[in-house]
Amino acid sequence: MAKRSFAVNDLPGFATIAIIVFLALYAPMAVLVVFSFNAGESPAQWAGFSLKWYQLALQNDQVQAAAITSLKIAFAAALLSTALATMAALGTTRRKNFKGQTFIYAMINQPLMVPEIVTAVALLLVTAAIKKATGYTGLGYLILAHAAFCIPFAYLPIRARLEGMDLALETAAADLYAGPWQCFRRVTLPLLMPGIFAGAMLAFVTSLDDVVITEFIKSPGQDTLPTYMLGQLRRSMKPDVNAISTGILALTLILLTAFYLATRTRKQPGA
Amino acid sequence: MKRTLTALAVLLASTAGAFAEGELHLYNWGNYTSPDMIKKFEDKYNVKVTITDYDSNDTALAKIEAGGSGFDLAVPSAGYVGIYAEKGLIQKMDLARLPNHKNIAPEWVDVSWDMGREWSVPWQWGTTGMAVNTKDFAGDINTSGIFLDPPAELVGKINVIPEMSDVMALATMYAGGKVCDDNPEVMKKVRDVLMAAKPKWMSMDYSTVEKMTNHDYAATVDWNGSGLRARLANPDVKWGFPKEGFGLWMDNVVLLADAKNTDNAYLFLDFIMDPENAAMLSAFARYANGITGSAAFMPDDMKDAVELNTPAEFADKGQFVTVCTGKALDYQNAIWTELQK
Amino acid sequence: MSRAEQAASARSVRAGWWLSAPALLLLTFAAVGPLLIVLIYSFLTPGKYGNVEWVFSWAGWVSVLFERDVFDDTLRLADANLTIFFRSVKLSFITTVLTFLVGFPTAWFIATRPPKSRAGWLFLITIPFWTNLLIRTFAINQIIRNEGVLNTILLNLGVIGAPIQLTYTDTALLVGMVYVYLPLMVLPLFATIDRFDMRLLEAGYDLYASRWRVLWRIILPITRPGIIAGSILVFVPCLGAYVTPRILGGGKNMMIGNFIELQFGQGRNWPLGSALSMALLVIVTFALLAYVRTIGGDRRNG
Repeated sequence: MAKRSFAVNDLPGFATIAIIVFLALYAPMAVLVVFSFNAGESPAQWAGFSLKWYQLALQNDQVQAAAITSLKIAFAAALLSTALATMAALGTTRRKNFKGQTFIYAMINQPLMVPEIVTAVALLLVTAAIKKATGYTGLGYLILAHAAFCIPFAYLPIRARLEGMDLALETAAADLYAGPWQCFRRVTLPLLMPGIFAGAMLAFVTSLDDVVITEFIKSPGQDTLPTYMLGQLRRSMKPDVNAISTGILALTLILLTAFYLATRTRKQPGA
Repeated sequence: MKRTLTALAVLLASTAGAFAEGELHLYNWGNYTSPDMIKKFEDKYNVKVTITDYDSNDTALAKIEAGGSGFDLAVPSAGYVGIYAEKGLIQKMDLARLPNHKNIAPEWVDVSWDMGREWSVPWQWGTTGMAVNTKDFAGDINTSGIFLDPPAELVGKINVIPEMSDVMALATMYAGGKVCDDNPEVMKKVRDVLMAAKPKWMSMDYSTVEKMTNHDYAATVDWNGSGLRARLANPDVKWGFPKEGFGLWMDNVVLLADAKNTDNAYLFLDFIMDPENAAMLSAFARYANGITGSAAFMPDDMKDAVELNTPAEFADKGQFVTVCTGKALDYQNAIWTELQK
Repeated sequence: MSRAEQAASARSVRAGWWLSAPALLLLTFAAVGPLLIVLIYSFLTPGKYGNVEWVFSWAGWVSVLFERDVFDDTLRLADANLTIFFRSVKLSFITTVLTFLVGFPTAWFIATRPPKSRAGWLFLITIPFWTNLLIRTFAINQIIRNEGVLNTILLNLGVIGAPIQLTYTDTALLVGMVYVYLPLMVLPLFATIDRFDMRLLEAGYDLYASRWRVLWRIILPITRPGIIAGSILVFVPCLGAYVTPRILGGGKNMMIGNFIELQFGQGRNWPLGSALSMALLVIVTFALLAYVRTIGGDRRNG
């Protein structure tokens, strides 16, 4: 056997590109964080270190409420859409093609294919009618709407993952007298986890960023961070928005690290 | 799965129901309401105020027309007040409940869209004109020619805010017409002027204050409040009133027909017509208000600002930018689409 | 097929439907159902101040492709619409290709890290996207502006004499678009590469294949599901994008998203907006199905 001078899974230049990508990804973040401490109002000149934007942000009830609403909706929508997408992916993959499959696939990807403004206007009409009839003006409409358009974002990574999975493991489990539910819980689901995880992250991020649909369906007091900032777009953005974003970033990092550590300690030895 | 559903149910339950007393729901443009003034109102009357943002008159109209919006007060621009009234979306105000109504400045009482002010009260008003960095251009800035027929020093450094009604109004007046003109000869001229000017622009973008301050571009069509803010941050920026005709606009508060908190709404309407409170509003967004006596309470940098006090020579050159319909709207749409394609 | 096989197959199909049902239900009410409203609206007449009048009209659909010149009333091909459409398609296509070229190595890199750290790397990729889109776009602008970070550094290092004009250029726009849509490409790719059996690579090398051949003949075909998923997730939303093009591209030229939004806003022509959206939906659906059919091919394992 010829001696190779490289590791099997090392492809030339890939690592370099990846590192550059990570650096490029975080450059704007760094700028954001740095300027949130900028004493001056203009983002062009550095006018000294200051915490005043954080103080301003802490006093700005509106922007805090918007941030919290955004997070609430994103969590709920990501949860719901990932659950539904996982089920749908299981139902449409690794089976013999059945008649409605293309139809289901088209339905699931439909939210992707229409400009948001259209869905937004249509949803406005539907939710307005329901609001008039029932008087309910809670976050439910937003959560359901977000979950709906997040489904394709969660579905596609899960499906891609599922398609690449080897049926042999599940067949082996079945041979060992595992029932279908056991097989699912102990074999399929763990194997599928990276896909589900990827899907959930995509759904969360997509929901966080939504502007148009939220703008049209929101009820009083339900501004999300993007709609709040859309309103700011016409008049100048205040730098306290930088502070808020940094705050959310920090909070996210803390949450994720905690989550990561928690799941790490639960892993079985040797896994 | 079960856990997910329970979590979801709890979440939905905790967010349902905005049926409490002592509330007021204001639907307004983003970044347009002074938080200090709201706090003052909340403390005085023990009312919880929510402010929900919109970024365009049309979005607001669509939402309110659809019904069940849940808002009590909205702040449409002048031309839209008539539309709201026509569609039965707002209610006439009981002036007996608004003792401060007499504070409305005389020139703003009998306005073309609301004679006698029974359907709306002033929020803030302003003009549309040119903000120019005088370091780049030392000539006459009181003309729409800055963006429609740019001088050599400014070519490639101009921004035009993508607000169709304002830009079309300026261009139409430049071409000798009036706002919402439906004369094909005039509109043809407007189209030609705009299409010829477009290659000389750099961008069509809203964030004028930041960009003018940082000198990302040298001149822009703008609203006077933004012009003022840019000048305060960068003294080279000066404001110009286009002598061919500049746009006027006013945003007004209306009481929605299906408002649930009418009593609190009246308290609020009366509150903002007090000169001191109106000045708080102006200090925040940097636009003038329509209330007599508020000048005494305005911040110093606004009292004599050229942006807020139209010089006498241009006093009658301002025309209100209204909502166009029919053939005039068709012309506007066609020209705007061609401009932006 | 034997009886048992038929029964199993029928059960499989039923299971398929039952599993997909909840997702389909939500989508029907919150996504597809509302579309029917839009379809109906495309056949109505524009209201004077926006919204619609319930009067049947073909005008919305006709205006998709044809326009009546406002000045001389002649009917002609709406080249503005076509220009806008092709501009959006071009942008989306280039963005998809670029995100793939940049995203594949990144996904590969993450998937070949030690298993325990992979989740960490994934977090690292997605964390920037937990910041709002508008903020991210403004932050990018901060870097590429004439007085921004990049130019300041290059000027100070003496690499350039005068600032490079990057704002409002096509380059800026593409950088911004790739930045925004990168995770949508990386995450699906990661999901497939993660499952990739590296022994296949060993086998390839043992058979004296060069690294390029291994990439082309083994890796890419097996990661095809991820490539398809990623391409769809980037290309289609890209078509409707308008915030990033507006902020980084200067807003002088409209994308389809802006154009449709205009109809529901200042343009006050909801039927046209509805018709345009329906047309877009049909075109994209067909393109998508064609893409999946030809590239997707068979879905054998491994």
